[in-house]
Amino acid sequence: MSEPKDVGDIGITVEFSGGLEMLFSNERKHKLSIPAKDSTGAPLNVGYLVTYLCENVMKDARKDLFVLDGTVRPGILVLINEADWELEGEETYEIQPGDNILFVSTLHGG
Amino acid sequence: MPPSPCALCKINRALILRPKDHSKLCKPCFISVFETEIHHTITTNALFHRGEKIAIGASGGKDSTVLASVLKTLNERYDYGLELILLSIDEGIRGYRDDSLETVKRNAEQYEMPLTILGYAELYGWTMDQVVEQVGKKGNCTYCGVFRRQALDRGAARLGVKHVVTGHNADDVAETVLMNLLRGDLPRLSRTTSIITSTPSAVSADPDSHTNIKRSKPLKYAYEKEIVLYAHHKSLDYFSTECIYSPEAFRGSARALIKNLERVRPSAILDVVRSGEDMAKLVPGSDEGCGGTCSTSIPLAEEEEGGCGSSAGRTVGSDMASMEQQLSQNENVSEAGLEVEITSKRVDVMAQRHDRLTDAVPLPPRKKGQKVKGQGAAFTPKKATKQVMGQCKRCGYLSSQDICKACVLLEGLNKSRPKNAIELGYEEQESETPKAETTNMTNGMNKVQLGPG
Repeated sequence: MSEPKDVGDIGITVEFSGGLEMLFSNERKHKLSIPAKDSTGAPLNVGYLVTYLCENVMKDARKDLFVLDGTVRPGILVLINEADWELEGEETYEIQPGDNILFVSTLHGG
Repeated sequence: MPPSPCALCKINRALILRPKDHSKLCKPCFISVFETEIHHTITTNALFHRGEKIAIGASGGKDSTVLASVLKTLNERYDYGLELILLSIDEGIRGYRDDSLETVKRNAEQYEMPLTILGYAELYGWTMDQVVEQVGKKGNCTYCGVFRRQALDRGAARLGVKHVVTGHNADDVAETVLMNLLRGDLPRLSRTTSIITSTPSAVSADPDSHTNIKRSKPLKYAYEKEIVLYAHHKSLDYFSTECIYSPEAFRGSARALIKNLERVRPSAILDVVRSGEDMAKLVPGSDEGCGGTCSTSIPLAEEEEGGCGSSAGRTVGSDMASMEQQLSQNENVSEAGLEVEITSKRVDVMAQRHDRLTDAVPLPPRKKGQKVKGQGAAFTPKKATKQVMGQCKRCGYLSSQDICKACVLLEGLNKSRPKNAIELGYEEQESETPKAETTNMTNGMNKVQLGPG
């Protein structure tokens, strides 16, 4: 969206595909500047990013199509810099400046 | 976490965690392994023979796009000697199929395969837009599913192709296995788990077309997750969308169950597929004795597939809804029973409740006497005996009835409008305030259907 607002923000790229972009203003690629620390002061991890996306980026009301029971809905793949997030610690992965986080839905049809 | 090296080449950084065996692979090794496994499926099941002309049922979605890409790669790499063509069905849904057909057109160029697009309008005289205009949004998936089932076969017959491959993946098959299990419909298992099925088709002036149209699923053992990753890492051009007439279909409970199982234990998907195959072998009168691979005993294809979407998985939306309704009715029954037990000390109450109980108990476990809903007919459980397939007297298509499902639906469509609309809208009308006269029945229905979104 914009350049980092202050030193406390980090710039990352978040992408949605496989139909998920429909929930995010039909935009596949979102350049975001997000706080480097979560509300408790801990470094920003993917789990918090997901919450952040839900609250700040997602305009669609159907949150449950993205997040279910507090985590990314089963059937949605998460790639952190091209790697399966399961190889990176899933929600606990600490986001670094310049990271690319991709959410791909496997749930949509053709 | 420190990056792990690829389990195969030991050099590159692993990017993929395979659901099948938890192995960690790099991108090139994953692509290679994925293709090799499809090759293995094709050769061990003897899906193709040299010189065969194969139509790929192409929707522009991930599964059929990956299928086309992999088949092209393997056909060249292993010299299968196949002639591959793309066959797309245009249901006639404006704003939905238009875009995905554009994707298929690009695929045709990218893979240098000839493309044929066949429309419902051309085949049946009705586009889905027109069907929905007439029957409303509820139950239209039944029409779409039944029409599509035949459309690929009819299209293949026209093109002189005897073999159609579809992009059904392991998740789709696992889901179908669960659905049939939950329905108590084991006979159907053998037809739906088989990697090859056949459909007698008589739709063409060409006498050759009376022979069987073979169907197969080369991606049957491929995880949906890996299909999506393959498409991603190979930067394949695919289109994802939801049908505008059933935007909630992908929330089907069986699909959600499969995805939840996968998260807990990824191998569960293939295990369900294997279990389905094994159960199918045990079903009396099953066609599956040889695992569906011996040419003398190829199971007949499903006569009619209800539901929507490019794959069987998309059927679960409406399907599960009717099942959930049934389950909750069963629950009500047992609750009623429980209530009687608790109050049974009081004889008068017992007597009163007894009436209720006798009302409740005879509720059949299968849906009988339920309100006939638009999609209800398509999912009537099959009898335990093997289906006897003949040909539809009208169109010559495979059918266990005199008149095939598509022709029955078409007959209904071609009759007067209000009749259909009233039948399908029946349930809603009960709870609706008195509605405007019959002149605009279908519009009224559309309005009602928009509610639950």
